[in-house]
Amino acid sequence: MSDRKTLQIRQISGHSGTSAGFDMQRDAEVCKLIDTTICIGCKACEVACVEWNDMPFSPTTFDNTYQTMPETRWNFWNLIKFNEHQREDGTIQWLMRKDQCMHCADPGCLRACPADGAIVQYTNGIVDFQQENCIGCEFCVSGCPYDIPKFNPTTKKVYKCTLCSDRVGGGLEPACIKACPTGCLKFGTKDDMKFIAEERAKQLRENFGFAQAGVYDPQSIGGTHVVYVLHDAENPERYGGLPKNPIIPWSYTVWKWLFKPVLGTFALFGLLGVLLHYVTIGPRRTQPEPPLKKES
Amino acid sequence: MPTAVDRFDDKARATFDHIGHNQVYEGELLRHPVYTRFLHWMVALFFFLALFTGFGIYMPWLFRWFTPIFGGGALSREMHPWFGTGFVVFFGLQMLNWIKPMTWTAADSKWMGNLRSIANGTEKQDLPETGFFNAGQKAMFWEIFGGSLVFLITGIILWMGTRTFGRWAVAVSYVLHDISAVIMLGGIFIHIYLSTIGEPGTFQAMIRGAVSEAWAWTFHPAWYKEVTGRDPVEACEEARRRGQFEGK
Repeated sequence: MSDRKTLQIRQISGHSGTSAGFDMQRDAEVCKLIDTTICIGCKACEVACVEWNDMPFSPTTFDNTYQTMPETRWNFWNLIKFNEHQREDGTIQWLMRKDQCMHCADPGCLRACPADGAIVQYTNGIVDFQQENCIGCEFCVSGCPYDIPKFNPTTKKVYKCTLCSDRVGGGLEPACIKACPTGCLKFGTKDDMKFIAEERAKQLRENFGFAQAGVYDPQSIGGTHVVYVLHDAENPERYGGLPKNPIIPWSYTVWKWLFKPVLGTFALFGLLGVLLHYVTIGPRRTQPEPPLKKES
Repeated sequence: MPTAVDRFDDKARATFDHIGHNQVYEGELLRHPVYTRFLHWMVALFFFLALFTGFGIYMPWLFRWFTPIFGGGALSREMHPWFGTGFVVFFGLQMLNWIKPMTWTAADSKWMGNLRSIANGTEKQDLPETGFFNAGQKAMFWEIFGGSLVFLITGIILWMGTRTFGRWAVAVSYVLHDISAVIMLGGIFIHIYLSTIGEPGTFQAMIRGAVSEAWAWTFHPAWYKEVTGRDPVEACEEARRRGQFEGK
């Protein structure tokens, strides 16, 4: 984690000016920026995702919209959601939002997961499922505020968007970013993406008449590593069920980290208790018992 | 007037007695017929299958070594609800079979008040009012009844999942399901201990169905009186005078 940073050269003796490469590696946390105001709904990102992750063909569902299917699937991680919002004046606003894993800073799936090593969060913020450790209990599905993890009934494991951790680890951008033709998708450090997003939101508010334009980076889950620029940040629900204040059920945290080990230990004390009863007090015997040996 | 449940249980007991045998030797009493024993061991079988697959879901980092027995973590998870269904079905039948002798009475509350002296071994012979089941056994039975109800309701929610019942239903069910399991796990240690080494002579009641008369007058005096018509305390004293020492 830290070797590249700690071994980064800050100063060099007998050398004028800054050292080569200094301050080039910045914030380690990555982020995907989705500017819904520029999205044209071309679905290039959907195709790129299926291509790069080598997914089999997934049948589409036509429901009188442009949307490929109602929701993401275990083998379809990237879905543009098309929503028609009727404004108060009767005009229609066509909202398109690329739906995928949000890579939360405080991931509900990871909190809910009981399996050792089935969900990991890298220092760069990517939340990744390790299917070889997954037991398919689907608790992550209930932990996720965005309904992202999807169960594969054949393999009995759960799958979702990896933010192309395999590409990012190799210094490449995620496949969806590479495919986007409009510049709606951007990839970089969290700080940079937040900066660009805020600038764009400001531009939308001041120059384009979207008074409520803003950035979606919900702090109730510590922020996300996928942020949106929305025309109306006050009503993210309009964009196909994006929760304004996503929450993780508290029961997972309290139960998993405190009561589970404590009560499990109490159950073992039950075993210890009966053993101690046997060797100290002893069993209850049928009556009459033979008389006890007299003390000499 | 026998109810439908009575008729069903009577027929089941008769059928199973026709298939299997009760071995009751001289000086022994029949305690559990074949049907009761069959149900007991089916409940036990499914309980342990559900328990061992459940361990792998409860704490995979600690119980990962259980899961290969069932073909890995994912398959353990897949089979767990089916084992649980078996447990609930057979316990349901056992409940119908036992609902009458398991009914709580005033004598049971008295027995519970006496629990300390029974646990520390000072009370040698049980209270004269103790019938076919004592209050401890009844408490165990009703705990399993309540626990099974929790297992069934929360289990169905966890089985059908978030996509059917929503996030919060699953998050709450998961905790209740685990709490019920931990209570039942603690109870099973006590149950196994008392039915084997804790009270010698008990285990055979669930194997060949019979217990010694001495066992009956010691642990279930009122039941002894009911089936033999003799006074349990007098019977015990008479055996003592003759020097018949059953408990060794």
